[in-house]
Order: sequence, then C-alpha cells, then structure tokens
Amino acid sequence: MSGTQNATPSLEVLSVSHAFAKRKALDGVSVTLAPKTFCVLLGLNGAGKTTLFSLVTRLYDNASGTIEVLGHDVRKEASQALRRLGVVFQQRTLDLDLTVAQNLKYHAALHGLPPAKAKTRVRAVLERVALSDRADDKVRRLSGGQARRVEIARALLHEPRLLLLDEPTVGLDIEARQAILDHVRRLCDEDGLSVLWATHLIDEVGPESEVVILHHGRVVDAGPVSEVVTRAQAQDIRQAFATLTRADGPLEDA
Amino acid sequence: MVGATAGSDAEPYGAGAYLICLRGIVWREALRFIHQRERFVAALVRPLVWLFIFAAGFRSVLGVSIIPPYETYVLYEVYITPGLIAMIQLFNGMQSSLSMVYDREMGNMRTLLISPFPRWFLLTSKLLAGVAVSLLQVYVFLAIAWWWGIEPPLYGYLAILPALVVSGLMLGALGMLLSSLIKQLENFAGIMNFVIFPMFFASSALYPLWRIKEASNVLYDICVLNPFTYAVELIRFALYGQLHEVSLGVLAGCTLIFLAGAIYAYNPSKGFIARRGGPGGAGA
Repeated sequence: MSGTQNATPSLEVLSVSHAFAKRKALDGVSVTLAPKTFCVLLGLNGAGKTTLFSLVTRLYDNASGTIEVLGHDVRKEASQALRRLGVVFQQRTLDLDLTVAQNLKYHAALHGLPPAKAKTRVRAVLERVALSDRADDKVRRLSGGQARRVEIARALLHEPRLLLLDEPTVGLDIEARQAILDHVRRLCDEDGLSVLWATHLIDEVGPESEVVILHHGRVVDAGPVSEVVTRAQAQDIRQAFATLTRADGPLEDA
Repeated sequence: MVGATAGSDAEPYGAGAYLICLRGIVWREALRFIHQRERFVAALVRPLVWLFIFAAGFRSVLGVSIIPPYETYVLYEVYITPGLIAMIQLFNGMQSSLSMVYDREMGNMRTLLISPFPRWFLLTSKLLAGVAVSLLQVYVFLAIAWWWGIEPPLYGYLAILPALVVSGLMLGALGMLLSSLIKQLENFAGIMNFVIFPMFFASSALYPLWRIKEASNVLYDICVLNPFTYAVELIRFALYGQLHEVSLGVLAGCTLIFLAGAIYAYNPSKGFIARRGGPGGAGA
C-alpha cells in the first residue's frame, strides 16, 4: 500500500496463514497499514475478516507469518502491541446493567490506568463521542448507535495508535451507520489514528479510502480505491469488488 | 495524544498497575452481581431449600454419629451445612466460568483478553472475582442458617474465610478448565447433570464417608477421589476452627493443576481455544 515509506507501519501483517482443523481461514495474507490511514477491510461473510482480527488481537496465534502493531510483534511483545491497539468487536461487549462510566472505568482498569487518570480519560473520550451527558445512564437505556459510540470511546480510552473495528455498523439504521462512519473517519483525520474497518458493506468504502479486499482467506487486491477500481477495469468499487470476488470462487451476491 | 509511540517501548507495568487491574475486575464482577438480583436469589434459594426441606425431612432417617470436628451428636442440618456452603461455591464457580465463554458474557471474555496484562494474571483475577462473589453468597446463607439454628462458634465464621478462598479457587479453576475443554457442555443443564450433581452427591456433603463405605466400596472410592469432598471437609473443619490438612493439600494441588490447565487452554498458541476457533466460533 502507498503511504509514508519510512515510518513504522501501524499494522503490518506478513504472509499470515491460519487454519481451523481442515478449513483454511487465511491463506498468505499480507496487509500493511501506514500511519494515519483509514483502511476498509472488505469481504463477504466468511472471507476471513474476523479470523484476521482474532489473530491481531491475539485471541489465538497465527500458524505462520508475522503480525506487528506499530513495530511490535503480537506474539513476542504481546503486551506492547496490545497497549497500542484499540478494538471494537462485532458482538456487543458492554455490560448492559452497568452505567456508561462504569463500563469505561472497568476498561481503564484493564489497562492499568490509575483512578485519577482514568477519570480524566473517561471524561475526554465521552466528550469525543458526544455522550458526556449519558455517563451515568445504564447502557441498557442507550440506542444501538449510542452503545456503539460508547464502545468506540472505550477503545480509545488508553490512547491507542491503531483502531480495529469489526463490522461496527451491524444492526444499526442508515443514519446511525453514517454517523459512526463519519465519526471514525474524523478520529483518523484529527487524532492521527490508523483505522482498520472491517465490513461487508461496500457503501462504507469512501472514495479516498484505502481498501483491502479479502476473499476466501486471500487478499485479492489492496490499495487506494481509485487504483483498485482501475486495476479491475471497473467503473466503481462495487463493480470492482464483484469482479474480484467472482474470479476464484462460487458466484455470490455482494 | 500522549499514547505510546511507535517502536519505543512503553514502561512495563508496575505492581500498582497490576493491583488496579485486579481491583477493576473484582469491582465489575461485584457490580454485576448486585445488579442481577435473580442470580443472587437463586444462589440463596438453592441451599436454603436443602437446608429447610431436605435436611428437615431426613433428620430422623439419617443419624450422624460423633465424628470430628463435631464433639457431640449433631443434627443433620448442622452436618450438611458445610456441604451446602461448598455447593454454593460449586454453582458459582461453574456459572461464572462457563457463562464467561458461552453466554452473553462471551464478548466480555474477549474484552478481558485484549488487556495488555499477562493472560495468567487476567484469568486468575477473574477467578478471584468469582470467589469474592461466592463469599458474599456464603455469608448471607450462613446468616440465614444461624437464624435456623445452625450456630457454629463465632471464630468459625472468620476461620472459614481462607478455606472458602481455596475451595472457591479450586472450583472456579475447574469450571474454567471445563469451559475450554468440553464443547458439548454448552448449556447449564449439561453442567448440572454431568458435573454439579455427580460432584455434589458423590462426596461427603450429604453423608459422612463411613456411611458411604457401609453402602458401597466403589462409591466410597469415588468419593475419596472427588476433590469436592475435600472442599466440603476443609470448610467443615474450618467452621469449627480446625485445619484439615489433607483437604488443604488436596485442594491446593487441584487448584494448581486446574488453573495451570485453564491457563494453558487459554494460551493463544497452544490452547484448545485456538484449535477450535475460539469463543465466538471459527469466525468469518
């Protein structure tokens, strides 16, 4: 992928393969994410997106290849890598019966933030996602979009340099989806975060995004959207995606 | 942003940070428990039903001769109280460890595991949090039991505290190990049938071992091999201010083995979770 050549990449995945029993989930996947990049990891359900996220977040280890977060190998320097990483999982992971602030405080403790610092950070991230007034509400009382924003706030609490989001707009209405997308893009622009945004929804790929297209566990193309579209000799990213994912697999409707 | 920059190493966590993390995990577990009133009530009703109904019914059928730590003949309900305390911990241990992986809590397991602290520390903290909740349940149960006439010496209430920590850790670690090992036991009914009931009945919780030996040598051997028996006996002796050394030894050994097994199972490269595709399934 293009970008600053000298700086340490925010994320570097090098020829990673992984299999569950007989099924190969990832096959020689390489992804490089330059600093301050918003990158969409695009793939159909079952393409390997969640597996890749599980490997980067070290739920389990990659069978082969290496993964580095800001230059820290996730296997050899797991703690250093995880400290620089913020994650929003596909499934909801907030405690519904606890308040927004309590959820965030728990996460701050998981990162060893002293109480005073935690308090400042909780206030800061809630402000960042425009939910300061809901700090003492139970998560159960929030809308789906608001809960997602709390999860994003939580992922930002320990000031990571790389933010991973796995299908963050699942289950949200169109308006909330757009709001989340805009919000995360702004984080990338204003705070200099790198973002890897996994989705199967093509309309979440902006015209200036970087995109990595994953299909049946392989990267079929990667780069700025315009280049990918040109290479696929397509008119737009939707068409390019359709062409690329039909090339080596059963016909599936995107 | 003042976060850690690329390449440079952030300071390793000091003891203070570890303590903050442990405290946070225990605090959350306690908060959740307080909010889940049904769980609290269920955890209390179960042993109380045994105490109020079962024990009362069997009082005349089952006589218990004088065996240590008791110095006089005791009523049947006095005899089974330590077993019921251990039962509270058994349920609690299985529930918190298993729900962590299979229920709605699964996401929370993932949140826990992306913490930069070492995984053994996170899992042990999680176990300690479960034990803390079980302590709360046990003491409320004992308070109600006292009103029902189960009146152990006052120092016994203090003496069982360390015993409860050891037995709670053992049972929690067992639950955590099971949660990673056995895929079939995905719902709680399965755990009830195949783990909780056999462990509870084939132990010294409801009848003294010598009585079981009279009935069946095989059953007696099973009870002797059952770690739950030692949890019950450790608590029973502690309640009267005595230390049952064999039980302590067995429990400590089992805790270490189960905990090591659980940590191994959750090790990203070696564990069973990795082979199976982890909580959340093989994933897309």
